[in-house]
Amino acid sequence: MKMTALVQRPSMSNTGSSLDCYHCGLPVPASADYPVFIKGTERPMCCPGCQAVANTIISTGLDQYYQYRTDLAVTPKPLEDELLDELALYDRSDIQLDFVTHIDDQQAEAIFLVEGITCAACTWLIEHQLNKLDGVEQCSVNLSNHQLRIQWHTAQIKLSELLGAIYSIGYKAYPYQSAAEDKLQKTENRNYIKRLGIAGAGMAQVMMYAAALYAGAFDYISGEHRDFLRWVSLIIATPVVFYSARPFFSAALRNLKNRHLSMDVPVSIAILAAYFASLGSTILGGREVYFDSVCMFTFFLLLGRFLEFRARSSMDQSSHHLTRLLPDTATLIEQGKQRLVAIRDLKPGDTLLVKTAHIIPADGLVISGQSSTDESHLNGEFIPVAKALGDAVVAGSINVEHPLTIQITDVGQNTKLSGILRLLDQARATKPPIAQLADKIAQYFIATVLILATGVALAWTFIDSSNAFWITLSVLVVTCPCALSLATPTALTAATGSLQRLGLLVSRGHTLEGLASISHVIFDKTGTLTTGKLRLQHIHPLGEHNRHQCNHIAAALEAHSEHPIANAFEASPLQAFESRVHPGQGIEGVIDGQSYRIGRPDFSFSGATLSPPKTSDTQAQWLLLANDSTPMAWFQLNDEIRADAAETVQQLCKLGLNVELLSGDYSNNVANVAKQLNISNYRSGASPMNKMTYTQALQTDGAKILMVGDGINDIPVLAAADVSIAMTSAADLTKANADAILLSSQLSHLVTAIRHARKTHRVIRQNLGWALAYNLIALPAAALGYIPPYFAALGMSLSSLVVVMNALRLSKPLAKTVTSEPPESQLTSA
Amino acid sequence: MEAIYLLIPIALILVIIGIAVFFWAVKNDQFDDLEGPAHSILFDDDLPEKNSEKDKPES
Repeated sequence: MKMTALVQRPSMSNTGSSLDCYHCGLPVPASADYPVFIKGTERPMCCPGCQAVANTIISTGLDQYYQYRTDLAVTPKPLEDELLDELALYDRSDIQLDFVTHIDDQQAEAIFLVEGITCAACTWLIEHQLNKLDGVEQCSVNLSNHQLRIQWHTAQIKLSELLGAIYSIGYKAYPYQSAAEDKLQKTENRNYIKRLGIAGAGMAQVMMYAAALYAGAFDYISGEHRDFLRWVSLIIATPVVFYSARPFFSAALRNLKNRHLSMDVPVSIAILAAYFASLGSTILGGREVYFDSVCMFTFFLLLGRFLEFRARSSMDQSSHHLTRLLPDTATLIEQGKQRLVAIRDLKPGDTLLVKTAHIIPADGLVISGQSSTDESHLNGEFIPVAKALGDAVVAGSINVEHPLTIQITDVGQNTKLSGILRLLDQARATKPPIAQLADKIAQYFIATVLILATGVALAWTFIDSSNAFWITLSVLVVTCPCALSLATPTALTAATGSLQRLGLLVSRGHTLEGLASISHVIFDKTGTLTTGKLRLQHIHPLGEHNRHQCNHIAAALEAHSEHPIANAFEASPLQAFESRVHPGQGIEGVIDGQSYRIGRPDFSFSGATLSPPKTSDTQAQWLLLANDSTPMAWFQLNDEIRADAAETVQQLCKLGLNVELLSGDYSNNVANVAKQLNISNYRSGASPMNKMTYTQALQTDGAKILMVGDGINDIPVLAAADVSIAMTSAADLTKANADAILLSSQLSHLVTAIRHARKTHRVIRQNLGWALAYNLIALPAAALGYIPPYFAALGMSLSSLVVVMNALRLSKPLAKTVTSEPPESQLTSA
Repeated sequence: MEAIYLLIPIALILVIIGIAVFFWAVKNDQFDDLEGPAHSILFDDDLPEKNSEKDKPES
């Protein structure tokens, strides 16, 4: 997942352009000077973090990493002493109890989830880095699920040192506690692989003998040889039917018990009928055997199921990151002393210190300090909320500016965060099922075929009992629901593949059928229609200073702030001294002997009341830059709308869909974004509960809803919507609950996806139509005894082939919608 | 054509052996990562071993 996400970054090349960081590919700021010599060439780095990591990689002799990698690395954070303190907590035996297994007195084993793996070279780098350490017995990284399994001598090396080694090369590792369902999934995965192995090997063998049998039917084959080949085919096909195809039978049985006919029922009937008919022919010396069809049919259907299972489980796995929404540790203040404790030891009433850029571990009240917290994932507000004495903070939000001391009010299950997650179950329970066309048809089809076959068998027993068995068999074979049951899965598999190449990862089977029939598209704002990042939009100089001068001064001041507003400014050639950050107000500092302030108008310049310039964009954030005597410039900042958002909305409307905006953001910015994108229906300040009930109200009116979102607050509504798509930047838990993930961050791909889903829907209907038409024509002929079984078998294969070929039309690569790059900063044009 | 009475049973035995090896491999985590090993074969492993002098691999 992450691999593809990184493709968005500047194009990968090992030589690296002089402007991009050699390690992570981000642009190198003009003022940055962090060169690293790699294989004798000086390479630019964007930050001390990348420099430190690159130096570590080289000093341990692992610089081949840069040759091997096929994707850029993730920008690392510099190693801080605090982090090492946190890691030391993992040395405590009571915490290790949860995830470390002791093999014997000296050796222990644990599994970690590693964050930051982008390509196979990362696994190579981590394995080699760890294997160099004394005391590491064995370690391996799984590229599919990013799990690191490590075995070490507890006396020789501490766990925190192992983790520190991973952090020093730019990755993060968390202890992984395998859940029960995880083990189930692993067993299921292995069972699928074994079943596929048996079915595949069986198919190859039986088809070889079938070729001999077909050749023998035209040329001469002695009865003895023919029977021998049939018996061998029978021996091979038996495990294929009773081992590989068992999931179909058990699903069919389950469905029958629930008085529901799904596609599994005809599949099971087809496999069993063909198998037992062939068994009968083999023993009684009948005319035809169908062992090859049985094996092939089983293999291809099983392959489709396996691929769907793999897509689903890779997404489910990320839901185990649930605890990662909160940190593992917290800094507890007890009698004036700071102590690191595990998060589960916290209880209401405890006093905690939350450092800058740390996640707040529990709901609480601020008892000292001033800062702002980023709650964008929880409520969609893109600007951090200022927090001062007595304000409530929520678990899961990020402390942006300054250390805060908080007193805990709620922990664990009682936090607001857990409340949102509980809504999820509620949403899932009420989610309307998407009716699958094939299942609906299956209901009638099977009943009809079974009744007809019985009728034919009875009728022929009276007319000519010696032929009754073969004619009934012909009826069953000719109406074999192979084509019918392949019609949908082949089309879906082909379409899913082409969508994945486009950057839309589909994880649930019903997604494509649902996408074709939606009537409403509901977008979340922050992080979905917008990038969720503040961007400098205009500079309005007030005095004699020009835009560039003002920009440089402002950027120099902002360089001292960790507030997201600061990220909107580029690096400045100037440097500010004696700078002080006033939380919630602004920043002051001295540049070239002159003191400046930037921030809220009343903070920057108290002399006169000023109002920001009037523009069409009335909801933007305004910052005022002023020196001691006079205001200098207004800076207009806003959450940047994705470059292709407007076009996407327009295209979606063209497809006849209702586009709505549903945001948790309270600011007027929602109205503004809606206006810019021509969305007439919008709501702001919607809580997760509001979002869910609004969606469900629409659904009771018959709407079919596609929800696109990214925040944790979107999870309930994503689960409630008919089809849901999460952005690639979304929290892992959000992704795990979405039906599909937009890996490319290109909204315009939604339009392509919906078009493609509609096309898929058409192909499925053509396929079903063809399969039914074939059956309608062949059935009466077979019932009247005009079609010999071998001809029926041929017809069966041909009709399946037509269906598969038709479905393959969907796997053509989709034209990527070319969208222009985000417009360059409008500073120059404004 | 009598050869098939010998050759096909031999083929069957080989298939059974192959499947037994395959099941053994699945059981021993060989199929848990379907992506990584395809790449790792391309990476050199002739790096300095632990405890030995850490000279850089020649470039």
